[in-house]
Amino acid sequence: MVRVLVPSGALGLNYDETALQRGIAAGPDIIAIDGGSTDSGPAYLGRGVSKYARASVKSEWAGLMAARAQAGVPLVIGTAGTCGADSAVDWMLDITREIAAEQGTPLKIAVLRSGQDPAATAQAWKDGRITPLGNAPDIDADAIADCTNIVALAGAEQITAALETGADIIIAGRTTDTAIIAALPLMRDCHAGGAWHGAKIGECGALCATNPQSGVIMIDFDATGFTVTPLADGAHASPHTVSAHMLYENADPFILFEPGGHLDVTGAVYKAADDTSVRVEGSEWVPADDYTVKLEGTRAVGFRTVTIALLRDPLYVANAAAWADDIIAKCSAKIEARMGLAAEDYTLDLRLVGHSASFGTLETRTGDPFEIGVIAIITAPDAARASEIGKMLNPYLLHHPLTREEEQPTFAFMFSPPEMHHGEVFEFVLNHVLHLKNPMDAFRLEVIDLA
Amino acid sequence: MPELRSLVTKVRSKNAGPFWLTIDIFCGSQAAYERVRDGLATSRVAEVFGTRRQTIKRFDIPDLQVVKFSLPRPAVQGSLHDRDMHGASWAALLGETVI
Repeated sequence: MVRVLVPSGALGLNYDETALQRGIAAGPDIIAIDGGSTDSGPAYLGRGVSKYARASVKSEWAGLMAARAQAGVPLVIGTAGTCGADSAVDWMLDITREIAAEQGTPLKIAVLRSGQDPAATAQAWKDGRITPLGNAPDIDADAIADCTNIVALAGAEQITAALETGADIIIAGRTTDTAIIAALPLMRDCHAGGAWHGAKIGECGALCATNPQSGVIMIDFDATGFTVTPLADGAHASPHTVSAHMLYENADPFILFEPGGHLDVTGAVYKAADDTSVRVEGSEWVPADDYTVKLEGTRAVGFRTVTIALLRDPLYVANAAAWADDIIAKCSAKIEARMGLAAEDYTLDLRLVGHSASFGTLETRTGDPFEIGVIAIITAPDAARASEIGKMLNPYLLHHPLTREEEQPTFAFMFSPPEMHHGEVFEFVLNHVLHLKNPMDAFRLEVIDLA
Repeated sequence: MPELRSLVTKVRSKNAGPFWLTIDIFCGSQAAYERVRDGLATSRVAEVFGTRRQTIKRFDIPDLQVVKFSLPRPAVQGSLHDRDMHGASWAALLGETVI
């Protein structure tokens, strides 16, 4: 049997201390926690930085490092620093060194890096070693070469290599959410379908149970399946909460692709083991002939400036869409005349909160709002021109009338200056897999001894 | 003719990676499940999201009394024209669909 303790769905989201101690007392074989996701958008991979506050990550990681020392078992984090880029791994390593010095514990750290060189990845594309997944964007080698960061998602093989170093702590760059949990059970010959399925159920911590924000769960893997147990007071897993978790953020609730094959849970049977635990058997791991790892990449698409204005005058609230369309037309003409920017060189979008900001033209409801928020979103090739367009837009958002005859209206701004500068913005470029001869070909493993 | 949301326990939408959106309809009873399964055509869902029926994956899951749809995101997550980084609001649009 292999017992995996999962403190929460992500480092930085907090975990229940009492439940964690309960988990340590139960004698886990490994502590595994996810450090990231693409779910907060392309900026983090674009910049190679963490979404969560350093102070939160440090505080939670220090608690886990102390728990690890107490249990005498490995602690692994996957997708360190939200995006798992090499710079985010270095950030996490830096935090780990600081804590190790404060705790005064000698440590062996394995660092698994997932970053890919854009030029080498573009060459892999030209060589036909990269193939698209469903709804992949239409790209070319130049789009890949232009990426600010590309990461490959490590699977169980690479985490296994890191565990085989005998490290106390493994800091991994981008991995699949499941690999950090599945690796040790697979190394010790637990049921392969059970290992991947249990890892998928556990990767969001207690989200597979009631009291989902409590975080901490324990998963026991063995030769025929797995048993999942949430550890916080008042948290219960039932066959329904566990099986329903396969729906969460999964396009297909029965099939999950991983490096080296896929998990099929069509035949899985979920049974209540007791009040809080669920036993699962019958899931199947289907090995693939070809070893592939998924790629994520981001490229810069310009610089963004945002302005917010508020409409409260009933005439303008009622006619907000026509007012906004007229501003776009007039301001675009001025941008072209005065800045020489054609429509394809920049974007200028007015989103009307209270009217159509959520769904745009797909909105089906109309109502009678008493105020409208106007969010102007500008993207231009550089920060100076994004700012310049913001300033050109300002007189319209301040005073643009619906008719020529009326007295000049004035609208509300929340700030001076009204423009907010976001800096460089990014987009996701890759929804593809890279074909590898050897699982370690796209990854680098380093071992660091801290005395 | 009721709105979908008045018949079921919950309609939830989320990203399934940056390129896909997934919507789970938790029906909460066998009767509601059958009503949604039989009353909500995939082509209607395609209309609501402004896409083609062929792009939508549909899962009718009787054990969970869930009907699930997955489709290419109306705009890729975080792209310049995306309005909803986590895909959170789309559930409301489907929930307000009359069936």
